[in-house]
Amino acid sequence: MFAAVEFPPIENIVEWPNWFGSGALGFNKIAFMSFLAFLLPVLLFLIASSKYKARLVPRGVQTVVESTVDFVEKQIILPTIGPDGMGYLPLLLSMFVFIFIGNIFEVIPTAHMPANARMANPMLLALLTYVVFIGAGLKHNGPKYFVQALFPPGVPKALYILVTPIELISTFAVRPFSLAVRLFANMLAGHILLITFSVLTISLVGGGILAIISPFSFFMLTAFTGFEIMVAFLQAYIFTLLTGVYIGGAIHPAH
Amino acid sequence: MSTLSHIVHTVAQQAGEATADADAAKNTAAASGAGMAYGLAAIGPGIGIGYLVGQAVQAMARQPESAGQVQTTMFLGIAFTEALALIGFVVFILLKFV
Repeated sequence: MFAAVEFPPIENIVEWPNWFGSGALGFNKIAFMSFLAFLLPVLLFLIASSKYKARLVPRGVQTVVESTVDFVEKQIILPTIGPDGMGYLPLLLSMFVFIFIGNIFEVIPTAHMPANARMANPMLLALLTYVVFIGAGLKHNGPKYFVQALFPPGVPKALYILVTPIELISTFAVRPFSLAVRLFANMLAGHILLITFSVLTISLVGGGILAIISPFSFFMLTAFTGFEIMVAFLQAYIFTLLTGVYIGGAIHPAH
Repeated sequence: MSTLSHIVHTVAQQAGEATADADAAKNTAAASGAGMAYGLAAIGPGIGIGYLVGQAVQAMARQPESAGQVQTTMFLGIAFTEALALIGFVVFILLKFV
């Protein structure tokens, strides 16, 4: 009754053959997309900045770049770190753009695979966040940062038996893990969702009388593609926002 | 002699079937466990995100001037709440495919 289209095994939908190299240094489609996600913003920002002096009224690619910078400044840094966090703009901006372009490959035809659906990218970014927020805390508060982070002021002394282990685990153990898993699982879930509806549509088209239902499945596929564009943006935003929150918490431990 | 080899052969065959049965049973248990894991993990965050966004909409309706701040906080809350459902999804993948 059904056409012989089965759901592919998990290896086929997340693993790609190496183009060259082997083992951990193998260069495959994911690595290529990660390099694109790093090169594309560099090119865009260089083009935009080369024209910045010539005309003050932005046009074309300059508009996109300027509104991105503005978005990271107004929506991410100011609410989380405050005006003194502008020094972290380069880090947060490149993080946001890298994650967004890595994610958006999920819906681009011929790519159809988010670069962040493999654990390596989110893990590296989360470790970077971990190092940066501890470094920011040490830079602004000295070694006292750890004391303030583990023994938050204003808590009754007896409660430190409870509070300190919880703070230790939630701040220094769970944070990088949950950051990485959030990005990775969101992108992988979206990828599997799109594959499910594509396979369903193809199966229904070849399924005799069931072909009548296939437009509904195709509609769901289209709708979820739109939804995944939103998720790609939202995950980049949330990852950068949380990085900002962690840095802000490390710089101003009082609140 | 041939009877003995026949018995040995039968026993070996039965042992092979037993391991195949055990594998099938393990796969069935893993598949149903995976479904349960994701289903149960989605309940709490579902309620949580619904409550969170509802309260955020209420806050924005009462004080439209603080909408920007409420929105930022809302996304933060969603990110923290959603993490539980996502860990459930990862457990699903681990049980079902690995």
